[in-house]
Amino acid sequence: MQALFSHRLAVPLVIAALVVALSFALPSSFYLRVAALVWISALAVIGLNLLMGYAGQVSLGHAGFFGLGAYAVAVLPAQFSLHPLLAALAGALVCGLIAFAVGRPILKLKGHYLAVATLGFGILIAMAISNESWLTGGPDGMPVSRMTLFGWRVRGAETWYWITGGLLVVGAWIAVNLVASPTGRALRALHDSEVAARVAGIDVARYKVRVFVISAVYASVAGSSLALVNGFVTPETANFLHSIELVTMVVVGGMGSILGSVAGAAILVVLPQLLTTFHEYEHMLLGLMMMVIMIVLRSGIVPSLAALFQRRRK
Amino acid sequence: MAEFLQFCVSGLTVGAVYALVALGFTIIYNASDVVNFAQGEFVMIGGMATVFLTAAGVPLPLAALIAIAAAMVVGLALHRLAIEPARGASPVTLIIITIGASIFLRGLAQVVFDRQFHSLPSFSGDTPIQFGGAAILPQSFWVLAGAGIIVLALWAFFNRTLLGKAVLATAANRLAARLVGINTSFVVGFSFVVSAAIGAIAGILVTPITLTSYDIGTLLALKGFAAAMLGGMGNPLGAIVGGLAVGLLEAFGAGYLSSTYKDAIAFIVILGVLFVMPGGLFGRASVERV
Repeated sequence: MQALFSHRLAVPLVIAALVVALSFALPSSFYLRVAALVWISALAVIGLNLLMGYAGQVSLGHAGFFGLGAYAVAVLPAQFSLHPLLAALAGALVCGLIAFAVGRPILKLKGHYLAVATLGFGILIAMAISNESWLTGGPDGMPVSRMTLFGWRVRGAETWYWITGGLLVVGAWIAVNLVASPTGRALRALHDSEVAARVAGIDVARYKVRVFVISAVYASVAGSSLALVNGFVTPETANFLHSIELVTMVVVGGMGSILGSVAGAAILVVLPQLLTTFHEYEHMLLGLMMMVIMIVLRSGIVPSLAALFQRRRK
Repeated sequence: MAEFLQFCVSGLTVGAVYALVALGFTIIYNASDVVNFAQGEFVMIGGMATVFLTAAGVPLPLAALIAIAAAMVVGLALHRLAIEPARGASPVTLIIITIGASIFLRGLAQVVFDRQFHSLPSFSGDTPIQFGGAAILPQSFWVLAGAGIIVLALWAFFNRTLLGKAVLATAANRLAARLVGINTSFVVGFSFVVSAAIGAIAGILVTPITLTSYDIGTLLALKGFAAAMLGGMGNPLGAIVGGLAVGLLEAFGAGYLSSTYKDAIAFIVILGVLFVMPGGLFGRASVERV
């Protein structure tokens, strides 16, 4: 049992099983749509978790990359009639390049200084998106043209459920492999102590930039998927509150836990949907639940429950 | 020249509010290592409570006092109910808790107050004072003088009173402070109350100029946090200079360059400063011990 769970394929397989099982359990296309939104957020959160949970670097500006990915599939097909898939690829490429360019000076900063620098960086992207209305439609957002694959129009909640679910499984599989690779070991080493990691011969700056680029690409792909599913993009996808939401998903689910990323995304996507029935008390309840979860399960849901489970067995 | 003066005054006025928010961040951070993202909500509570109390017929000075007291109670509750139970949690966890508190308080304000923009009448009339070609609102003097008095009072408090020195001792080394008999839990709670009061006063003073609503806190917390980091986290002088600098950058950026990108200009400068000085303007370089 223990060996089964520690196997590298275990986590992606658990997620795949979840995607398949839920497709039978969910009663209507509305629920399938919400589930697709969970898979998309979870993908971005896995990427951010690689940066935060494994390398120990905070980013309060990740929605910037998410927004760039979303606007790539909105703007590029509209302006240059590029295929949405190529547009998403271009978005991921641009995000990777930007992360590579700004990564070195930004990741030199530590703790709260890193937080404020990434925050400022994210705000700059969000501001450019909502102010350059000739390109992006400004604060009102812009429509995204439907994707066609080999003459077949991709639409419908169920189709997107499977596409985004598949993307999530692939994303989780890549992340698990990355964590188990020498890069993953280097990241965990520099998380514990940068000086010690450097003494052990790890090029700290290079590994930090590498994981920053990877997490930016995850966010971009997730953003592109969201834009294609919704058929519409707004500047809110790139703004500060969305960055905070992504960070909250990482922390609530559990830092350094891939399954936790999915759990965190599920809670913060589904909870507001449930709370809308409380109308004006919606925000109060959301804030209250965030506080209670973090106070009771301070290291995140999945790690806290896992620790509890292990203590029981002993 | 007149234009320059005008931008200076409006920048300093807004900057004074950022400085007070940054000061609130700094006081709490020094006492407890918590970055309190609900700091902007204190400003909102100060402004909104005063607006609603005066609308109910309470005279302005009394309404302001009640609003400040309300913010202090909220600050104490935040510490006792949310921060204290999570003692020992990681810094990111604590940040998420304060963000949760900020969302909660915003939701509460939406229910207790409403979702409209509100203003207060200026404390001493709306006739602008002409000075060197610039028109200065009398309320600007209230904001600047208020900020100045708060800073002086804090300085005197920290350097001249026993309780103030206990706060400084807790900031310097919590374990050592506890060993010499300082009740550090009380000191941390006290720092939340003081920060809340400062935020509420800032909110009351600035409401006649910038208006207030239930959701102004987020942006203020953002700017205040950025200002505190620009100055160097944990340094009160840095917080004040950082706050004024962000305010001036915004005013000059909006006036001379582009009003749509005024926030961007402030953040570009902050990024530039941090790239050159990773510990902020007045921060010390941190050394990692292995």
